[in-house]
Amino acid sequence: MPTPISDMPHYPDATSIAQSVQNQETSAKSVVAAALAGIAEKNPKLNCFTTVLAEQAMADADALDQTIAQGQAPGPLAGVPFGVKDLFDIAGVTTLAGSKINADRPPATQDATLVTRLKQAGAILVGAQNMDEYAYGFVTENSHYGPSRNPHDPTRITGGSSGGSVAAVAAGMVPLSLGSDTNGSIRVPSAFCGIFGLKPTYGRLSRARTYPFVGSLDHLGPFARSVRDIALIFDILQGPDPDDPVCTTRPPQPCLPELAKGIDGLRIAVAADYFAKNAEPEVFEAVETVVRALGVEQRVTIPEAHRARAAAFIITASEGSHLHLADLRSRPQDFDFATRDRFLAGALIPTGWYLQAQKFRHWYRDRVQELFEMVDIILAPTVPCVAPPIGEQKLVLDGVEMLLRPNIGLFAQPLSFIGLPIINVPVQRSGQLPLGVQVIAAPYNEALALRVAAYLEATGVVSAPVPE
Amino acid sequence: MTNPISDPTAYVDQAAALIGLPIPSEYHQSVVENFERIAAIAQLVLEFPLPEETEIAPVFEPASRTVTSL
Repeated sequence: MPTPISDMPHYPDATSIAQSVQNQETSAKSVVAAALAGIAEKNPKLNCFTTVLAEQAMADADALDQTIAQGQAPGPLAGVPFGVKDLFDIAGVTTLAGSKINADRPPATQDATLVTRLKQAGAILVGAQNMDEYAYGFVTENSHYGPSRNPHDPTRITGGSSGGSVAAVAAGMVPLSLGSDTNGSIRVPSAFCGIFGLKPTYGRLSRARTYPFVGSLDHLGPFARSVRDIALIFDILQGPDPDDPVCTTRPPQPCLPELAKGIDGLRIAVAADYFAKNAEPEVFEAVETVVRALGVEQRVTIPEAHRARAAAFIITASEGSHLHLADLRSRPQDFDFATRDRFLAGALIPTGWYLQAQKFRHWYRDRVQELFEMVDIILAPTVPCVAPPIGEQKLVLDGVEMLLRPNIGLFAQPLSFIGLPIINVPVQRSGQLPLGVQVIAAPYNEALALRVAAYLEATGVVSAPVPE
Repeated sequence: MTNPISDPTAYVDQAAALIGLPIPSEYHQSVVENFERIAAIAQLVLEFPLPEETEIAPVFEPASRTVTSL
């Protein structure tokens, strides 16, 4: 189900670019040069890239063009420029993870596994992208490297923590980025910036040679502007990796061949209760748009979702703080003020709280698994509001004022907590900021979620155009 | 929702001393506030009864997959 190229005259998706390069209608060098020019033009305003690897990218593109000239197959992502969140190792570059502290470390000696897999498929790495410090945030207002800005309204946040990666795709700088999601950091910015973002099943993609945040909850995944791109990229990224002990040994499940199957036979429900309150009315209107398009009538309750969010919060604070304990002791002043006091407090969490949260995770996983015996797909909002202005501290939901930062992820957190595969589908609203809906499947059923997303895209209900 | 720790300031000071984590005075109030927030959230998990046999997640694997001789 290809995205009509006419919908994206200036910003072809990765699939279109790769086809043009494979067919020698264009060269990898010209594609990469155009991407670098776009970054040079837009990045000063939007602050998505913290490192641009212009020289290396042009050399890699040149090498790819020579491969093609010699008649060799260039790979399914031939010449596609991509960026990675600044927690992926890039050989020769220091992995900052949005911090000042890690700038003291030596450059990485080897690429992250997922970076290697994209390069082997012919994609060209053009740089590293901005994020909340150590991925601990939903805003990408980084005090060391500045805030990333939303391409739909640069006075507003991108969301986070993969904000730079998402905004770079949303702005058309690159058609493809990689990010991470511990509590919502792929889905939240994808919704705020109006693009597709896939958080696969926990353990589905290798995390080897990426800077961790919370080992129990960390996922990696791709961002793109078409569903076929998400499927193509995800298929390339799948596969076991002994360098990540969490990475599954299950065989990969190719998704691209599944997209054309549509939604016939899929049992789709919308999440009620917890996922039907505490958000702006326009959020539920966006969900209803998707619900109507899919003809969904069934509603399901995900039990104890509020406790799941709480347990994710405890595990996050505890594991995240433990990771940084040595630096918290010796140089707390070098942390971003937005993460420092949360890390310090998290380091004091009693063991019993952490263990109970981990036990609850098993209990809750079993309850949600029972739900997936009755339905194949669950729909839920991604974020409780449109992208707030940069610097905003408070949020009013259902008449109650609350802290903005911890509450942006209230719909995302209870789901990543048990590692469910989820794609954010972007709902564009004329003259208004985009919103997103989570299309949620049972573990290892990414293909079903992507089939629903492809159907919604083909019927024009969701899309990811670059704002002019 | 009751807070599982009655005196968060005292807890923060004593727990930080116990693990050797200095809390600089300029961050102290904010750290206490953050800990109070964590404690209130933790209560949601702690008050929920779970069967005794519930295992913690994730499952520990006794042999690394990189060791092929086991």
